[in-house]
Amino acid sequence: MSQHKTLIRGAKVLGDRAQDVLIDGATIAEVGQGLDAAGATVVEADGQILLPGLVDLHTHLREPGREDSETVLTGTRAAAVGGFTAVHAMANTFPVADTAGVVEQVWRLGAEAGYCDVQPVGAVTVGLEGKQLAELGAMHESAAGVTVFSDDGKCVHDAVIMRRALEYVKAFDGVVAQHAQEPRLTEGAQMNEGVVSAELGLGGWPAVAEESIIARDVLLAAHVGSRVHICHLSTAGSVEIVRWAKSKGWNVTAEVTPHHLLLTDDLVRSYDPVYKVNPPLRTEADVAALREALADGTIDCVATDHAPHPHEDKDCEWGAAAMGMVGLETALSVVQNTMVDSGLITWNQVAERMSFRPAEIGRLAGQGRPIAAGEPANLTLLDSAYRGQVDPVHFASRSRNTPYRGRDLPGRVTHTFLRGRATVMDGNLT
Amino acid sequence: MKRHLISAADLSRDDAVLILDTAEEMGRVADRPIKKLPTLRGRTVVNLFFEDSTRTRISFEAAAKRLSADVINFSAKGSSVSKGESLKDTALTLEAMGADAVVIRHHDSGAPHRLATSGWIGGSVVNAGDGTHEHPTQALLDAFTLRRRLGDGPGTDLAGRRVTIVGDILHSRVARSNVHLLSTLGAEVTLVAPPTLVPVRTEQWPCEVSYDLDAQLAKSDAVMMLRVQRERMNAAYFPTEREYARRYGLNGQRMARMPEHSVVMHPGPMNRGMEITAEVADSPRCTAVEQVTNGVSIRMAVLYLLLSGAEPAVTDTSENPAAAPAAAPGPATRTEENA
Ligand SMILES: [Zn+2]
Repeated sequence: MSQHKTLIRGAKVLGDRAQDVLIDGATIAEVGQGLDAAGATVVEADGQILLPGLVDLHTHLREPGREDSETVLTGTRAAAVGGFTAVHAMANTFPVADTAGVVEQVWRLGAEAGYCDVQPVGAVTVGLEGKQLAELGAMHESAAGVTVFSDDGKCVHDAVIMRRALEYVKAFDGVVAQHAQEPRLTEGAQMNEGVVSAELGLGGWPAVAEESIIARDVLLAAHVGSRVHICHLSTAGSVEIVRWAKSKGWNVTAEVTPHHLLLTDDLVRSYDPVYKVNPPLRTEADVAALREALADGTIDCVATDHAPHPHEDKDCEWGAAAMGMVGLETALSVVQNTMVDSGLITWNQVAERMSFRPAEIGRLAGQGRPIAAGEPANLTLLDSAYRGQVDPVHFASRSRNTPYRGRDLPGRVTHTFLRGRATVMDGNLT
Repeated sequence: MKRHLISAADLSRDDAVLILDTAEEMGRVADRPIKKLPTLRGRTVVNLFFEDSTRTRISFEAAAKRLSADVINFSAKGSSVSKGESLKDTALTLEAMGADAVVIRHHDSGAPHRLATSGWIGGSVVNAGDGTHEHPTQALLDAFTLRRRLGDGPGTDLAGRRVTIVGDILHSRVARSNVHLLSTLGAEVTLVAPPTLVPVRTEQWPCEVSYDLDAQLAKSDAVMMLRVQRERMNAAYFPTEREYARRYGLNGQRMARMPEHSVVMHPGPMNRGMEITAEVADSPRCTAVEQVTNGVSIRMAVLYLLLSGAEPAVTDTSENPAAAPAAAPGPATRTEENA
């Protein structure tokens, strides 16, 4: 009795010429022309784009603690719909993922759900309080095998704690992912500080609050010879700092969210809290700089910062609303819209920025691999010709807080394969 | 005029002049033996206050009552910790009660906008001050006071008048609304404050920004002093009260350098000794008390125009026909003044 086989016929592998891909069990058996379909389920790709399964470095799955907004199961279903085969689950849960016990629980829930690999991120400090290092080594040695550590939602603002964390994780090739936000400069912050905040009378979140922390952290990383990862970089100034740090040869990586590639703070004029997010939506000039930086490699990857919130936390006045947007199910469409259809990058580069690099930064084995014989069959098939409006009613996520409701976005994931098993088939979860 | 009054920026020059002219008529009602008009009989106006402001609430209440509206005062304890559904739930309650207009004061910028656009209620929304955003009826009463004091009559705007607004611009909803409204009415507005109390990006605002009060005094037709909270000192916006008063406070000496005809305005409540000395506050040039009186007329005009459209506000059933002016013409009939 042989293993289950799938033949993907006529897919543009990484956007290049059409080929057939034969999956045998959990592995890619063969890539080539006119492969034999005998005994295999056939998926007619008909010119669709075949990408390696997408890897998200920044996902909030909310479990444990806020199961009213998302669970590991609903979040990973959303991930599969979006073409992801691995997500990094952020640590700001209740309780905080700052012990081996909590990260193992999240990891186990992911394995049980089976829709995509869930790689827990460990907190840098106990309770995200920024004061005492969490047991980083214990989390690394746990079944969850944590290598990415972040106090995301909060900035590790104490320079000494940050320095120690950067140094400490070198022992097991870990990385600290920094949510760069100088806390004193952002007290009461509600939106990007600039023309629009001045007009609306909303507390400003200045670019310098992000840039000053990034500048400090790349210098610290250089000083102690560690690697540092910058979460959701959002300003033109941050791009310049990361570009400079990379030119020095320092081990700095950075991510950008889909929403920062597309949306600007003008949208806040509606006072609709669906546009409330942290870091905030910035200006047109920032968006242009972020796209350029993602294209030239200064920014390594796209990460969703998928942040589900229940309806009541957004159906209220701006000041009372929670920060964050869901993003897993629209990420690839936004990247196609802003980066590919605009001619800034190729599908090959999309694979680099949404799969290869994030897997490499997270040291995630078996993910972000080339589409070639012998590699794990983590694959995403995208109908890039599809055009349609975003309708959150159809989301697999438990939450609906998308800024793209009613917006025309291109592309639709038709199939997602996790180690050879289809998690999404013809656009539907299996 | 639109159905709501959320921002002074929503008002055209003609809208604004119409409100000021209507307020003139409303002011005359106060001189009658019977200070009430039947205009809004059977309509319900709700004062929804999430932030304590007895002055503003009483002003709106008096305005609504003089127009014979039923008034409901709803004071909601707004805490920053409490979830936002309180505004939505309250709105749904008011809608069920059949509120024709909701006058809202809220600690969050944008709350009135949200109330007006979220579909929670069907009535008109009047912004009575939201966070650090706007306070349009305050700007209207300031413009009204200014037009009267500077001797310009009904139908006119404030073209060419120079108004200097001094104080905590960053946190002031009064300043934002006044910048919009006064510039719409043709006035030249200059904001004066220490640089820490000016938003970082105001280059698109229709006004000048200066850090030097003394340089503005001689050319000002009006100087409007804003209340400055002493607590701002603790967040390092300025070093000490004494230094603030010395650099940005209005005292007798400075007032003496203002032109003869010019006035000193203050939206109240005043911090005597901080932004204004007692000598200035109590001088005949200071319009603070008049502003309060005019506030009722302006709020009558706003409620009337939002709720009863083109019907005449004041009919000639008055005992003294001479004191009863013709009905305020609707906005559509005033456009010829654009010429
Ligand atoms: Zn973050």
